[in-house]
Amino acid sequence: MRDLVSRKAREIPPSGIRRFFELALTMNEVISLGVGEPDFSTPWNICEASIYSIEQGGTSYTPNRGIGPLREALSRWLRDHYRLSYDPENEMIITSGVSEGLDIAIRAVVDPGDEVLVAEPCYVSYSPCVTLSGGTPVPVPCVEEDQFRLNPDRLMERVTGKSKALVMNFPNNPTGAVMGREDLRAIADIVCDHDLVLISDEVYSELTYSGNHVAAATVGDLAQRTITLNGFSKAYAMTGWRIGYLCAPQEICDAALKIHQYVMLCAPVMGQVAALEGIRRGEEEKDRMIREYHVRRNLFVDGLNSIGLVCHRPEGAFYAFPSVAETGLSDQEFAERLLLEEHVAVVPGNVFGCGGEGHVRCAYAVSREDLAQALQRMKGFVSRCQETAVPLVHPHDLS
Amino acid sequence: MDEKDLLLLQLLEENSRLTTQELAVMTEMAPEEVAARVSALESSGVICSYTAVIDWEKAGNGEVSAIIELKVNPERDFGYDRIAERLSRFRQVRSLRLITGTYDLQLTVTGRTMQEVARFVSEYIAPMDRIRETATHIVMKSYKENGRTFREKEGDERIPYSL
Repeated sequence: MRDLVSRKAREIPPSGIRRFFELALTMNEVISLGVGEPDFSTPWNICEASIYSIEQGGTSYTPNRGIGPLREALSRWLRDHYRLSYDPENEMIITSGVSEGLDIAIRAVVDPGDEVLVAEPCYVSYSPCVTLSGGTPVPVPCVEEDQFRLNPDRLMERVTGKSKALVMNFPNNPTGAVMGREDLRAIADIVCDHDLVLISDEVYSELTYSGNHVAAATVGDLAQRTITLNGFSKAYAMTGWRIGYLCAPQEICDAALKIHQYVMLCAPVMGQVAALEGIRRGEEEKDRMIREYHVRRNLFVDGLNSIGLVCHRPEGAFYAFPSVAETGLSDQEFAERLLLEEHVAVVPGNVFGCGGEGHVRCAYAVSREDLAQALQRMKGFVSRCQETAVPLVHPHDLS
Repeated sequence: MDEKDLLLLQLLEENSRLTTQELAVMTEMAPEEVAARVSALESSGVICSYTAVIDWEKAGNGEVSAIIELKVNPERDFGYDRIAERLSRFRQVRSLRLITGTYDLQLTVTGRTMQEVARFVSEYIAPMDRIRETATHIVMKSYKENGRTFREKEGDERIPYSL
């Protein structure tokens, strides 16, 4: 029989943590720092708004772009908070989460043969989406010595005549890194000089702990060549509602809209109604959650460093990304043994691409009690490792 | 009162047992600064006391509580203040508020039994001068106190890993 599965589908890699996932499900009392979503439930006023709307019969399709009031409210919100200027009629699409936004953004700009620069470590869907659209992903490592920010020199090394776009995500999953205005200016120069499209996933924008988030499209001349992706999942604790949005200059937005209308038709109406309540009256609850993440960040990063896991200070998102070098283990070994021996789930950094190896991602979107308990267990594990760790010295040096 | 003070108050309101050291890490301040700010908040009376929220029903020696509303004739020159002052001196009165609407004062009263609460109201509260009318509501079940719900802790429904 012929191969029933397409070559592309066969070639994209499966999830790097499937094995861990199955292992964790067989275990008791697991504290999971492996979860990339808030531990809070969606604020209740947001749920109520959606429940009421369903009771009133609000269960049908919406316009492809999403309901008008939501786009209008978002347009104002983006202007007031980030100085972004997007026309709700022609430059915005409500998507089924940022995941869909990213997919249609890439498909709207990438042709077969194009190279797409991907700032790694990053969320796992970027490269597969590039591959599925016929492009070639080109990883650009963001490394610890740069606090995991995108270094313009490293970017330049990988730009070629075939480069079409750059995908990046700040505040970053998994490193928590943030790019300031000056950092972005250097990137903007390269993007403009080489006529690239910037796809900027800013879904963690509200989770920025010192200073304000800088939206990429407000830097230099980036507005005319940037696709801004954002959504409600993280800041409003609304992961399951699947609501994101794509903002871009009209030409790109029109192209993305065609793809969106064929593959998604529209984002779920219940989620759109909920998101509208969030943007109108969700600010206080959102800020309360962000305050809590900030406090946890301080506690957890301090705790990691005190048990001997060196961790740069993440300025955004809800992830800490400590190095496990001190234990003498690879990130994969560390994550696997920590799960088996201490029942603490973390994600090995290599699954997020280059620059991630030797680190593990710990999400601090869990209660303070669980964070303290996890640190306690990790402390025991790390000191056991350090007792048995083989010194990182070549045998010849010992003579 | 600045943002750092507000953050300290919010953290202590949720958990008043946090140590100065813990608060210092959480708020990115030096322990000395935390200690100075907390004691200033205490001495200015912003922090009134440190207390525990207890589910007495679960503790087994469940006290009965009642919400009592009073219609009161206010006093010339003093309004409701003097009668409120007298009421608040009873140990049984756990909270006392001046409210708008049909009634003037609202009290929360606790006792060991319903009879004890009823007796307290009829023997001490109702006969007081200036109190025209009382309405007593026995609390049947408490779902939330001081911002805390008494639901059993819900399990984490999130999957163990997601990227």
